Amino acid sequence: MEERKVILESKNISKYFHEPSTFQVLKEVSFKAYEGEFLTLVGKSGSGKSTLLYCLSTMDTDYGGELYMLNEKITGQSPDQLSDLRNQSIGFIFQFHYLLPEFTCLKNVMLPALKLKKYSPKEIEERAYEKLVALDLHEQALKPASKLSGGQQQRVSIARALINDPKIILCDEPTGNLDSKNTQIVFDIFKQLSTENNQTIIAVTHDNDFAKASDRTIEMSDGKILINGKL
Amino acid sequence: MKNPNLEIAFTHIVARKKQTLIAALGVTIGLSVYLFMNSLTSGFERFQTAETFKSTAHIKIYKDDERAKALVSSGNVETMIVNPQVVNSSKELINPEQLVNSVKKEPYITQAIMQVDFAAFYNKGTAQVKGTSNGVNIVDYNAMFNTQKYMKAGTIADLQNNKNGIILGSGIADKLGVRLGDNISVASSVGVTKNLEIVGIFELGSSMVDNGTSYVNISTAQQFLKESPFFVNTIYANTIDYNKSTEYMHSLQQLTSYKVEDWKVINADILAGATTRKMMFGSISFAILVVAAFGIYNILSSTISQKINDIAILKATGYRGSDVIQIFLTEALIMGLMGSIMGILLGSLLIYLLQHVYVGGPVGYFPIGFEIPIIAQSFVLGLLFTVLAGFFPAKKAANVDPVSIFRK
Ligand SMILES: Nc1ncnc2c1ncn2[C@@H]1O[C@H](COP(=O)(O)OP(=O)(O)OP(=O)(O)O)[C@@H](O)[C@H]1O
Ligand SMILES: [Mg+2]
Repeated sequence: MEERKVILESKNISKYFHEPSTFQVLKEVSFKAYEGEFLTLVGKSGSGKSTLLYCLSTMDTDYGGELYMLNEKITGQSPDQLSDLRNQSIGFIFQFHYLLPEFTCLKNVMLPALKLKKYSPKEIEERAYEKLVALDLHEQALKPASKLSGGQQQRVSIARALINDPKIILCDEPTGNLDSKNTQIVFDIFKQLSTENNQTIIAVTHDNDFAKASDRTIEMSDGKILINGKL
Repeated sequence: MKNPNLEIAFTHIVARKKQTLIAALGVTIGLSVYLFMNSLTSGFERFQTAETFKSTAHIKIYKDDERAKALVSSGNVETMIVNPQVVNSSKELINPEQLVNSVKKEPYITQAIMQVDFAAFYNKGTAQVKGTSNGVNIVDYNAMFNTQKYMKAGTIADLQNNKNGIILGSGIADKLGVRLGDNISVASSVGVTKNLEIVGIFELGSSMVDNGTSYVNISTAQQFLKESPFFVNTIYANTIDYNKSTEYMHSLQQLTSYKVEDWKVINADILAGATTRKMMFGSISFAILVVAAFGIYNILSSTISQKINDIAILKATGYRGSDVIQIFLTEALIMGLMGSIMGILLGSLLIYLLQHVYVGGPVGYFPIGFEIPIIAQSFVLGLLFTVLAGFFPAKKAANVDPVSIFRK
C-alpha cells in the first residue's frame, strides 16, 4: 500500500470540564486522519464527540496533548493564527446550521471567502453560486437565510464550509436535520470531495448507514476511542 | 464592497433601523445642546469683551499708591511707624512723552495715548453728579476707542475746537437735565471750578461709564488739577492681541517703574464671572454628551447580545477578533456620524433662532453666532464619544467564545 499523507493528527488529547464538578471528557485521544479520507465519528450521546471536534476545529484551545495539521503544530498558536488557519484550511458544519439571518444565502456562503480575499468579489460570487447549484439551492440564492427551511439552511451551511476549498472539513451531525434524499445528496458530495478533491472529512454522526459507507469509523465511548477501523 | 466587515456592519445597521435611529437621536440631542451652549457662552464672552474695550484699553500705566515704610532710619536713629499709611504724593508720571514713545516702539503695541484723569463734580443749579473726567487728546482717544460712534449729540471735533467744551455721558446729562449747548459747572477735588459748554453727549450702553464719565481737553484737565502743561497721570495702550495682554504687561513693566496693568487685572471680577459661567455651561453640556454616549453603549451592547450567534459563526469561519471589533466600531461610527450631523444641524438651527431674538438695550440681538471652531469641536467630540462608547461592547464581542455558543 502506498504511503498516505497525514493531514491531521491528535496526540493524547485530554480535556477536563470543571463545572459543575471536575471530570475528564476526553482521555488521551490519539488518531490520524489522512488526505482524501472520509472519516466518521460515532458513539453514544455524551461520549465526547462534539468536544473532540471543537478541539480539532481549533476553536477550543483548552485541552492537553498536541494537535498537528498539515504538518504543523497547532497547539499553542495565537488566536489570530488560528483564525487564519480556520479561514483557509478548515470548513466547519455545525449541528444546528448557523447562518447570518439578515444576509442572503449567497452572501452567507460568500462571507468566509470575502475574508480570505483569494478571489475577487465577483469570482467569489460565481463560486458561491456554483456551490449552491451543487446542493440544489440555486433557487434560494437571493432569499434571506432566515426565510429557508431547516434542511435548506443546513445545506447552505455546507456550501459555506466548502467555499474556500479547505483541506479539512469537520461536521457535527451534518445530516441530523435532513430527510433521506438530502442525506444521500450530502453523502455523495462528501464522497466526491474526498475522492476527487482529496479533501479530508471528519463527520460526527448517529446514522449507522452513513458511518458504514464512509472510509473509516472511529467509535468513542466515555472519552476514549473504542474502535478505529472500517465498519 | 471590498471589506466584508463594513458590509456586515451596514447590514446590521439597515436591519435595525429603529435602534440605530434612537442611538443617533441621543447623540443628536447631546451634540446640539453642546454646540448651542458653547456657542452661547462664547458669543456672550465676545460681546462682553467688546463691551469692555469700548472704555478700557488693553494696557494701563499709572503711578500706584505708595505706602510709607514702616522702618525709617536716619543716622543711628531708627524710627518705627506703627500705622503706615498711603503717602499722599503726586500721581504725576515723570517724562511721559519719553515713556509713551518707548511704549509705542514695542512691536506688539498698536496705539498709546496720554491722559489726565481727575475726580469731577458736575453741577447744574442744585443738582450734583460725581464722576471721573478724562482729559484727552480727543482725536487720539477716538482712534483708540471709537468714541464718535457712540455720540448721541455733537461731534468729537467740537471738543477739539473748544477749550471750554465738555463731552458728557448720557446718564450725567439726564440727571442734570441738560442738553447739547447748555453750560454746566464742573469742580475738581482740589477746588478748581469751571463753567464748561456741553459740546457732545455720548452713550456707550454701560451705565457705569454713561453715568459718570466725561471728556475734556487735556489742558483743561491739567488746570482742574492745578498742574503744569506737562502733567500726565495715565498712559493707555492697545496691543495687537488682547488675549496676550498679560505677556505684554510683563514686558512693558521692564520699561518703567510705574504700575503696568492689563485689562484682565482691571476687569478681574467680570472675567471670574465669565470663567465660572463657561465652566458651568461646559460641564452641563459635557454631561449631556456623556449621557448620549451611554445610549450608543446600550444599543450596541444589546445588538451584540442579540447577534452573538453571528459573532460565533464569523469567528468559526476565520474572522479575527479585530474584524469583530471593526464591525461593531463601524456600527457605532455610523450611528455617531448620523447623530453628529443631525446634531450640528439642530444646534445650528437653535443658534439661528436665537440670533433673531431681540434682547433690546445695548445688547440688541442676542450675541450668538456660528463659530467654526466650536462646530468642529462638537463634531469631533461627538464622534470620539461614540467610538469610545462603541469600543467596550465591541471588545466584549471580540472575546466571545464560539464553542460556548455552539454548545447551547
Ligand atoms: N460546557 C460544558 N461544561 C461541562 N460539561 C460539559 C460541557 N459541555 C459538554 N459537557 C459534558 O461533556 C460530555 C461530552 O459532551 P459532548 O457534547 O462532547 O457529547 P457528544 O458525544 O457530542 O454527545 P451528543 O451525541 O449528544 O451530541 C457530556 O457528558 C456533557 O455533559
Ligand atoms: Mg454532540
